[in-house]
Amino acid sequence: MKTLTEIVVPQLAESLVSATIDKWLKKPGDWVDIYEPICELLTDKVNAELPSTVSGKLVQILVGNGETVPVGTAVCVIETESGASGEASADSRPDYTGSVQASPGAAAPAGDSEDAPMRGRFSPAVQQLAAEHAIRLTDVAGTGLGGRITRKDVLAYAASGAGKSNQQVNAVLNGNGGSHAVDAAAQVRSSGLHLTETPRLPKIEVEGAAGLGRGDSFIDVTPIRNTIARNMRQSVSEIPHAWTMIEVDVTNLVLLRNKLKDEFMKREGINLTYLAFLLKAVVNAIKDFPIMNSMWAVDKIIVKRDINISLAVGTEDSVMTPVIKNADHKNVAGLAKEIEELARKTRDGKLTLSDMQGGTFTVNNTGSFGSILSYPIINYPQAAILTFESIVKRPVVINDMLAVRSMANLCLSLDHRILDGVICGRFLQRVKDNLESFNTESKLY
Amino acid sequence: MPVIDYIDAIRLAMKEEMERDEDVFVLGEDVGLKGGVFTTTKGLQEQFGELRAMDTPLAESAIAGVAIGAAMYGMKPIAEMQYSDFMFPATNQIISEAAKIRYRSNNDWTCPVVVRAPIGGGVFGGLYHSQCPESVFFGTPGLKIVAPYRAYDAKGLLKAAVRDPDPVIYFENKKCYKLINGEVPEEDYTVPIGKANVLREGEDITVIGYSLPLLFVEQAAEDLAGEGISAHILDLRTLQPLDKEAILEAVRRTGKVLIIHEDNKTGGIGAEVSAIIAEELLYELDAPIMRLCGPDVPAMPINPPGEKFFMLNKEKVKEAMRNLALY
Repeated sequence: MKTLTEIVVPQLAESLVSATIDKWLKKPGDWVDIYEPICELLTDKVNAELPSTVSGKLVQILVGNGETVPVGTAVCVIETESGASGEASADSRPDYTGSVQASPGAAAPAGDSEDAPMRGRFSPAVQQLAAEHAIRLTDVAGTGLGGRITRKDVLAYAASGAGKSNQQVNAVLNGNGGSHAVDAAAQVRSSGLHLTETPRLPKIEVEGAAGLGRGDSFIDVTPIRNTIARNMRQSVSEIPHAWTMIEVDVTNLVLLRNKLKDEFMKREGINLTYLAFLLKAVVNAIKDFPIMNSMWAVDKIIVKRDINISLAVGTEDSVMTPVIKNADHKNVAGLAKEIEELARKTRDGKLTLSDMQGGTFTVNNTGSFGSILSYPIINYPQAAILTFESIVKRPVVINDMLAVRSMANLCLSLDHRILDGVICGRFLQRVKDNLESFNTESKLY
Repeated sequence: MPVIDYIDAIRLAMKEEMERDEDVFVLGEDVGLKGGVFTTTKGLQEQFGELRAMDTPLAESAIAGVAIGAAMYGMKPIAEMQYSDFMFPATNQIISEAAKIRYRSNNDWTCPVVVRAPIGGGVFGGLYHSQCPESVFFGTPGLKIVAPYRAYDAKGLLKAAVRDPDPVIYFENKKCYKLINGEVPEEDYTVPIGKANVLREGEDITVIGYSLPLLFVEQAAEDLAGEGISAHILDLRTLQPLDKEAILEAVRRTGKVLIIHEDNKTGGIGAEVSAIIAEELLYELDAPIMRLCGPDVPAMPINPPGEKFFMLNKEKVKEAMRNLALY
């Protein structure tokens, strides 16, 4: 079997669009080997010989000497034996028309209402034109893809004048000159709000609405405020709170602090606060009553080994509870430094997540803002929270004699699922003993 | 009016501008003695001498940088990038210096430079002789970008670019050089930068494009007219600033728009044209905005089937236009 193969003008250089046949080197009837030159080409950039892409017999010359043809044009036909037809099928001119003719099957003939999925889809242009000409779109035939009504369909319909009779009808129906192209009766959708409808706004009359907007203001809830609110609500709603208070004589502690604070400031550069002593007293009491350092886990109570004290530090608009880790490993001076550090970080907004995690018991120095009595909410999921109230000088009866002593209250809120009155009483008594046992000989380090 | 090739229109524009104004000069690789690898600058060195048709080292950054400096000093350089593919070493000079100098100096300095660069594939040029880098420079305020399709515009826009007081990138399509020809007046004229041009009036679909693909659009429109589809064709001519009014007017005409370019689809000129239409003309659209562009592959393949796949042609364009018309 014989096959005919066309030899075409190749793309010889980038800007080349055409070439001229200078001279044929072969004539019809000649045998041509593959890659053998068959003619000479002249172009603006190069002069070249055109090699054959197949082996076979030259049967016809299509372009004569001196003729100029575009790149890709066949210049001759070569007959090849079928056995060597590998080249023939590799003809470098794929036919695009085949695929083009096959593909617009999507554009099926329109107008058939059963097979018109696009019949109810109106483009913005179609809706606008329909509104302008007061045309009811259900009356218009669609010639677009899937029966879609095209812009030109509407224009043609308007030009034909067919829509005119509907105009008055629509005007009456809508009472507004027929501005809705698709009136309610023609809607396909039976539920929900159609886009062409005006949304139905409920009318709400607010009693005393005049009061609104007169001095009231709204504050956006910040993420930190939101977190505080969530934690507080969770604590109050999950934990059955109980509350107790004890009074402590801190006269000796006051003397001790007054004696050491200036030197401490000089040496460490920070304030020696009462809170540091209190923390020491609390931590030592927790060591004696580890159950204070625990949490409720429904079917068990988890007693934490590490004593990590959460310290409530207030700012203008929030309260944070940074954690002093392993507070039992630190002396009073170390605790004072930790307090200073955490308070500074809190004020500067520099607390990191690790500063905030792992607390097992919370202490709040409510005395710093003048309180003498408070009812703290437990720092969920801990078991208890203790507040240290203001130190005030009060007349106190000692050995049936009146004395002026520096007194402070300690308040404790406790999770009554874990703790009861007796253990908490003992714990507070131990804190009280620890505080009262500070004297002018006590060591900070 | 004589009919001349696109490439001759470009050469004539340079020749006439160099005759008109002695501050105008060309520089680039092989633009002098050889007359350009495409013969675009053929004869200029003979006529104007080595200093006005200047061969440079193979350093696009230097070509652009020298041209920008000369322009700031009052010259009117036309810097040639041999292929737009080689233009990227010069992008810093063009984007960071040329485009900004007027703004940066509060009008004290200007940079009337023209950077000519051949774009486009379909010439068996492979990865590094076929690129369309319009989108790299598009969206850089301070640059004007033109991309002529007709021989008439090739000459008129290049003259306008030379006379423009600010930097202009002139993207000429290398496949158009000998393929496109047309009537070009002998007398002096310019084509205003920033004005699009209606190539063909029609009622069914609007096709917007620039450079070579418009040839396929015109051929396809001719065929489709036989099928009863009439196409309205807009040649953007200037890519930056885009002729917004002309775009909107052309789309308003039919409500159906197809945007065509050879640069790849994502982030191309068509994306911006499409956004302008969507922003301004939603209620006049009758069909989704369509784009037919080069595929998002890294470069023009070197193998012939791959190049055929990448390039637009009449059949691909015709199919897209027909589909839009039938929508």
